[in-house]
Amino acid sequence: MKRVYLDHSATTPVRPEVVEEMMKYLTDNWGNPSSVYSRGREARKGIDEAREKIAHLLGANPQEIIFTSGGTEADNYAVMGAAFANQKKGKHIITTSIEHHAVLDTCKFLERQGFEVTFLPVTPEGIVRVEDFERALRQDTILVSVMHVNNEVGTIQPVEEIGRVCREKGIIFHVDAVQSFGKIPVNVDELNADLLSISAHKIYGPKGVGCLYIRKGTKVQKLFYGGAQERRRRPGTENVAGIVGFGKAAELAIKEMGEETEKLTKLRDKLIAGLQEKISDIKLNGDPVQRICNNVNVSFKYVEGESLLLSLDMKGIEASSGSACTSGSLDPSHVLTAMGVPFEFIHGSVRMTLGRDNTEEDIDYVLEVFPEIVDRLREMSPLYNK
Amino acid sequence: MYSEVVMDHFTNPRNVGEMEDADAVADVGNLSCGDTTRIYIKVKDDVIEDIKFKTFGCGAAIASSSIATEMVKGKTLDEALKITTEEIVDALGGLPPAKVHCSVMAADAIKKAIENYREKNKED
Repeated sequence: MKRVYLDHSATTPVRPEVVEEMMKYLTDNWGNPSSVYSRGREARKGIDEAREKIAHLLGANPQEIIFTSGGTEADNYAVMGAAFANQKKGKHIITTSIEHHAVLDTCKFLERQGFEVTFLPVTPEGIVRVEDFERALRQDTILVSVMHVNNEVGTIQPVEEIGRVCREKGIIFHVDAVQSFGKIPVNVDELNADLLSISAHKIYGPKGVGCLYIRKGTKVQKLFYGGAQERRRRPGTENVAGIVGFGKAAELAIKEMGEETEKLTKLRDKLIAGLQEKISDIKLNGDPVQRICNNVNVSFKYVEGESLLLSLDMKGIEASSGSACTSGSLDPSHVLTAMGVPFEFIHGSVRMTLGRDNTEEDIDYVLEVFPEIVDRLREMSPLYNK
Repeated sequence: MYSEVVMDHFTNPRNVGEMEDADAVADVGNLSCGDTTRIYIKVKDDVIEDIKFKTFGCGAAIASSSIATEMVKGKTLDEALKITTEEIVDALGGLPPAKVHCSVMAADAIKKAIENYREKNKED
């Protein structure tokens, strides 16, 4: 059976070039980077090189990059670390209602610790309004955290403008760039970011590794205590092979970004247009233009998302949904909810995120099988009247 | 995450569809997630002679409706009223804990259809 993987915002396969780089550090250079002998120094060199590469790609200095266990840890470190380190100046934080749970739940934890958090609303298209942000600013605002690209609907947020205001006011600005890095330009100075999170496994690198950029001079309290690794900010023996793989994956992603974006945008628009043409009662979630190149998020009325995913899976198509029935918690997507998407459309939402291995033929195949799947489920639905 | 029985009933649901000459119909919604099930029954001599369902919901909701209609077809109304969600889940070969709530609609809808039938025939 044909298999089409359309969940690249969940994770991506590790590229062979990345595996090759990593293998050297799993076999020959397996030393502890903190050791003084040459086997340790070899491992240290691998980390240093990866740090230089990533710093360069972000427009940062190598000393400003702290490797973590991934995007979630980087987000926790940024939000919690900045809040706790700066609480004498104030206890107000601004974020958005559509952040990843790594930021959202950390902010909710901080609320229980006595911080006040403003969760900014979004437009029906899923974009934060800069005016709402400016109105939310207070004398005691110490931290602003806004994602660059939303993971569910792919909307690109106005982080440059928000960053500019934060810089003027001297407020720490954190950008969760997990979904944008490698797809659109991410430069810490252009974004005016003081803190910025990225993850390796979204860009064809390994799982379990990411980093937090911390602008020189930004006060951030560390989460972990232990050894002297990562300039004492993130102790623990480094994930050497993972970090090396991250560096390689980042380098390749940025090198190929231009052509990749062009290809994915074409496939994305073909998929959206095809579905809209072939299926009735369909809604595109998110903004049609201010949207990352690989995201398709559509809702089908009278169809439940999990049933759709199961049916797609039986045809070899792997995707995800914002339906309550797929969340494991019975909560429908907080992003679609914040956008004011009607409940019956949230329930029937499907996210398909494209990647470098997807082809025109893949899209043709999806467009061929999708209408029958929706038809079959609608036939079964008591809500549907032909 | 689903058993083979669930996937079989999801892929080839039994007794799915509408019934034009139904003796009773019932709609049941699941408030916690928005799923809905409709049950149609045809009754003869106090026995469920035919049954049909329509479900808007996840795999577990569709499969539990399907297997539940199979379980009560040919049963007397009193027997059918005794069907429980536990029996339905067992017959499906179990469900992931988070999905058990999705199966409660089936038994509820069957019960409601029988109640509707009895209510209607009381009046006659």
